[in-house]
Amino acid sequence: MRIHPLGDTALLAELGMRLDTALNTRAIALATALKKRRDVRQAVAGYAGVTVHFDPDQTTFDALGAAIKRLAAKRPPMAEPGRLHRIPVVYEGPDLEGVAARLTLSPQQVADLHSKPIYRVFLVGFVPGWAYLGPLPEELELPRRHVPRTQVPAGSVAIAGRQTGIYPLPTPGGWHLIGHTSVKLFLPDRDPPCLFRAGDRVKFFASTT
Amino acid sequence: MSAALRVVEPGLFTTVQDLGRPNAIASGVPSGGAMDRFAHRAANLVVGNAESEATLECTLTGPHLVAERPCLIAVTGADLDLRVNEQAAPMWTGIFLGRADRLTFGARRSGSRAYIAIAGGIEADRWLGSASTNLMAGRGGMHGRNLKAGDQISGAHISNGRPAVSGVHLPAHLRPDYSDHTLFAIAGPHVNVLDADGRALLFGGPFKVSREADRMGYRLEGPKLITSGEELLSFGLTTGAVQVPHGGQPILLMADHQTAGGYPVVAGVVSASIPIAAQLVPGDELRFAEITLERARQLRVLMAAALDTLR
Repeated sequence: MRIHPLGDTALLAELGMRLDTALNTRAIALATALKKRRDVRQAVAGYAGVTVHFDPDQTTFDALGAAIKRLAAKRPPMAEPGRLHRIPVVYEGPDLEGVAARLTLSPQQVADLHSKPIYRVFLVGFVPGWAYLGPLPEELELPRRHVPRTQVPAGSVAIAGRQTGIYPLPTPGGWHLIGHTSVKLFLPDRDPPCLFRAGDRVKFFASTT
Repeated sequence: MSAALRVVEPGLFTTVQDLGRPNAIASGVPSGGAMDRFAHRAANLVVGNAESEATLECTLTGPHLVAERPCLIAVTGADLDLRVNEQAAPMWTGIFLGRADRLTFGARRSGSRAYIAIAGGIEADRWLGSASTNLMAGRGGMHGRNLKAGDQISGAHISNGRPAVSGVHLPAHLRPDYSDHTLFAIAGPHVNVLDADGRALLFGGPFKVSREADRMGYRLEGPKLITSGEELLSFGLTTGAVQVPHGGQPILLMADHQTAGGYPVVAGVVSASIPIAAQLVPGDELRFAEITLERARQLRVLMAAALDTLR
């Protein structure tokens, strides 16, 4: 494990460099354990590491880093399976035909492949309510668009690399839009204000509305 | 509660801010809060508030406010030519406003963000534990938006109209030197994506704040930083992180930054330098100076000691 400072009041603890469910499970468990510490203000799991915001009056980078290494060496508690969300998707996105053509698949095959796995929520972040889901089937792997869209409608279901996700708000975006959903991801009047949490599971199914 | 101040003109971009909502980061919601936390805290402490009370963050052009009742206020941060009833008024100290007194600003002299605190705090919408304004969500502060003409600003706590404290002042030598645009930084987790020349450019500069500069961050102009290596898996970002996207023009992340990203972070500006960064405007030149964690601790302690003189 490598631990790097992020300025003088945060650090990044890297457990690995791969998109890997086991690594992500360890990262989420480590973040959960760290949040209980008095000298930690916030701990946020990424794909394969944890960003830790700490109180510099209560600890130092070196002391907290050593504590994190001890915590990470312990066997994490058995992770509970994350909550399962079933999300209806209308597979009619503006990029569906183009994606299918590039992958030498039919649009129906793209929809079938996309709705087959149960995806993991690796992390929630970037914009409010956005969740990085994966791993996407290899058959659907494509690099991001060369030119990102300046505005992607909320509810767009998108793919890029080995990842998939749903745009929770109208934002710029470079992923391929293969469908849309009516499910609201960002719920500003709830706490926490988003549907998905890191570690949850997501199953898409084809829908007409 | 009756209004303390009425907004005649809102200024260019005036929002309610406090110390942010760190617990919302895991939902992808930026922590937000005052860009210049030193000025925000100082304004609150001068008027006898807890440093976590909400203040008004005024950007480049200040608002025009009228006192609806007697109140004690303080203005800190950028020098936007503060005036009370047209007369030049002092910053970093308490100002007692009588009913119908007018608080206005002239032309910007230096810095970009001024903070107005009112004794008793500012009544504001709280969202996820903070009164800070989040424009994307339309939540927090003044109904999730920047101030507009006609808004009434009320005290958060009961005030009997008399100043709670007076004569408190933060002298110039205890404030950050906003004219020195050296940002002290710790080498970042991915500094090795730069070769020796790239690292020398990063910590040599100078860089210039581009026109793409807002509460989310500043895109910087200057030496192009050539990065090597594969795309990174997304991880949690921090205020002060210097990330280098494809193209090599670094971005300095500020209070409303996106919570996660996958570009390499080559440096982290230390907490004592964030107030300096918060006061930069497009066109300003800056340099990153690499320091140790021990030096960062010393700078942080000095800054905290300056605020302690107000307690």
